Amino acid sequence: MTRSSFTRRGLLKTGAGVGAGLALPTIFTGASWAQTSGFTNAPEGDTVTLGFNVPQSGPYADEGADELRAYMLAVEHLNGEGDGGMIDTFTSKTLDGTGIMGKKVEYVTGDTQTKSDAARASARSMIEKDGAIMITGGSSSGVAVAVQALCQEAGVIFMAGLTHSNDTTGKDRKANGFRHFFNSYMSGAALAPILANEYGTDRRAYHLTADYNWGYTTEEAIRTSTEAMGWETVNAVKTPLTQTDFSSYIAPVLQSGADVLVLNHYGGNMVNSLTNAVQFGLREAEANGKQFQIVVPLYSELMALGAGENIAGIIGSQNWDWKLENQLGSRYVGTNAFTQSFGKKYGFPPSQAAHTCYVQTLLYADAVNRAGSFAPCAVVEALEGFEFDGLGNGPTLYRAEDHQCFKDVVVVRGAANPDAQTRELVDIIEATPVEQVTYPHDHPQFAGGELGSCNNGA
Amino acid sequence: MDAIILQILNGLDKGSAYALIALGLTLIFGTLGVVNFAHGALFMIGAFCAVTLSRILTLSHTVVDDSRTDFLGNPLKVEVPYVYDWFGQAAGDTIIDWAVPLSILFAIPIMALVGLAMERGLIKHFYKRPHADQILVTFGLAIVLQEIIKYFYGANPIPTPAPDAFRGSFDFGVLLGFDPNTIIYPFWRLVYFAFAMVIIAAVFAFLQFTTFGMVVRAGMADRETVGLLGINIDRRFTVMFAIAAVVAGLAGVMYTPINSPNYHMGMDFLVLSFVVVVVGGMGSLPGAVLAGFLLGILESFASMAAVIDLIPGINQVIIYLVAIVILLTRPRGLMGRKGVMED
Repeated sequence: MTRSSFTRRGLLKTGAGVGAGLALPTIFTGASWAQTSGFTNAPEGDTVTLGFNVPQSGPYADEGADELRAYMLAVEHLNGEGDGGMIDTFTSKTLDGTGIMGKKVEYVTGDTQTKSDAARASARSMIEKDGAIMITGGSSSGVAVAVQALCQEAGVIFMAGLTHSNDTTGKDRKANGFRHFFNSYMSGAALAPILANEYGTDRRAYHLTADYNWGYTTEEAIRTSTEAMGWETVNAVKTPLTQTDFSSYIAPVLQSGADVLVLNHYGGNMVNSLTNAVQFGLREAEANGKQFQIVVPLYSELMALGAGENIAGIIGSQNWDWKLENQLGSRYVGTNAFTQSFGKKYGFPPSQAAHTCYVQTLLYADAVNRAGSFAPCAVVEALEGFEFDGLGNGPTLYRAEDHQCFKDVVVVRGAANPDAQTRELVDIIEATPVEQVTYPHDHPQFAGGELGSCNNGA
Repeated sequence: MDAIILQILNGLDKGSAYALIALGLTLIFGTLGVVNFAHGALFMIGAFCAVTLSRILTLSHTVVDDSRTDFLGNPLKVEVPYVYDWFGQAAGDTIIDWAVPLSILFAIPIMALVGLAMERGLIKHFYKRPHADQILVTFGLAIVLQEIIKYFYGANPIPTPAPDAFRGSFDFGVLLGFDPNTIIYPFWRLVYFAFAMVIIAAVFAFLQFTTFGMVVRAGMADRETVGLLGINIDRRFTVMFAIAAVVAGLAGVMYTPINSPNYHMGMDFLVLSFVVVVVGGMGSLPGAVLAGFLLGILESFASMAAVIDLIPGINQVIIYLVAIVILLTRPRGLMGRKGVMED
């Protein structure tokens, strides 16, 4: 699934295929997919197949590789191999190392390329050709939303990987889709009090925002939260997703009267914009009689590695961090078990992308066991309103109304001397309590979507 | 006024990269008649020469530090670069710190070899083929090269900082009599601009003032006649391909402190560089340089918040808009020669 075709004819063929797939979603409900059990890809024999849809090529390939490592570890643990990882700390005790409902877990992988059409094509292939009963993974909200919609049509469960846009469980939420990762709103709610405490309430912020869905929701969330704390937003400029040199966007920031720069960027955009901002002296600059500050709402370990020493002192938020249990105590039990398990196998600590993917796999397997069925609607029922602990984030709820996990949010600061060798890249400032980041399911930032009904695919 | 000066400065360093890549593209097109879509990959390989030398200079042996533990709770294995053992820590740190400038020396032979291998191994077989074939094969080559780099270095950007002496920025505005903090500009970007000017001047001087360059220019104007005079023009053109590869590679080496290199960086510049070549005029070296700086500066101005507020989305299309306008008013580009790509 990593092939690329550059001929015009091939492109037209692929486009026509994808177009047909998009235009005719009812093919997924056709009899060929339905099994006698009444749902898509009902497992036969003594195995069950999961589909891991991660970026294996393209700019997020390293993050995808980390997700895949976590998935393979989860499969090992589900099948009773290895040290069991977080199965032992998970408060639900249905997972006993005999696979899922006694069926050995097998997996297939697809390459999303971090492109919506490629991700849909690979997910579709895994469902149609490989018989995957559940699709999981991804490093982009655009991909998550696209694949989630496909899984809804196909009648399989989608357990999202790294996706931070409000829309995934907001206007684009689907009954068959579930997100463990936190979202833009939660970042804003967790960061704003810390920012006010660290930098004061009289601040003027300048936003640079990646010009796509995730950027918009993140800017809106951070603006709303910081303005509620008294900050003023001086300007918000959209930057092309393909931008590599942000100097022309960053150079005018000091002239604007701003004293904070918020970089609503992720991946290569974030690495480059932060590097450029530091080059232009913003970290050392003074404005309005105050020390200038830079904020990165969504941190990732791999981005921190890419930005190197430029992340020193920069505040941001994370879904999870491998140091949580050691530094903040047993509330985050499971963190050490996973870090040890992952670290012994691969030689370095897991990223938050790896963590959320591992957790999603365990949560799916446990939900099937509790439901006593692989039927998507039974799994949906088992996951909705499910409260659990022991998976590294503290007490967590999978809210029924929007299929979003609610748990503490980790606020971090780039380490003074980021060490790539030990992966000591960020310092944890605090874990913001879940109550502070919880919002009503009909909050305006999440408006416009309906879960609809679950789809068994038959 | 200060905002205008700032964006001109920004445009100059961005334009430096465009100009250097476009210069190499034009050299190859002007001499060999090949539309080389792998030229961005040469820029990327140059950047990874800097990454490679940086890794060579930091090659290490491990020493167990019992006083510290790693994330698994085991005694920490600290990596100590060999250069510390050989030259002492202070001198070792200085050598590692200057990895990017030192990479210029490292990259020149490597890029020349890569250029020669590319030209002799693949591209020479496509001299007489249509431009569409050349584009397809060189584009394919670019993808192969970037996937090779990704295999060895991963997809994540790799920080490759400038020497300490050139980090940070200085207040350019104060020099010009403006208020402090109005025109802040990074040291390394000035170094990059100066470096680009030296390279561009060197290429022009080489073509203008050496016998080799004179023959190449004659060959670019009339290949057949030069061949009839008994001069092996093909060999000289092969050397020019290698020189173009070195120019692109050096542009990549020096770019690494500006943006952390990744395997995809060549593609990011390739399309824009082709627009630069077309706007400058296919086959025109001064045109490529002029268009590189012109489009770099225009792109910077189009990124200003006030301009985006006035014309939303202008930052994403400005280069292509300018290309359309110039090609409509001057079909051969700013300094294009008659007859180039017109047969």
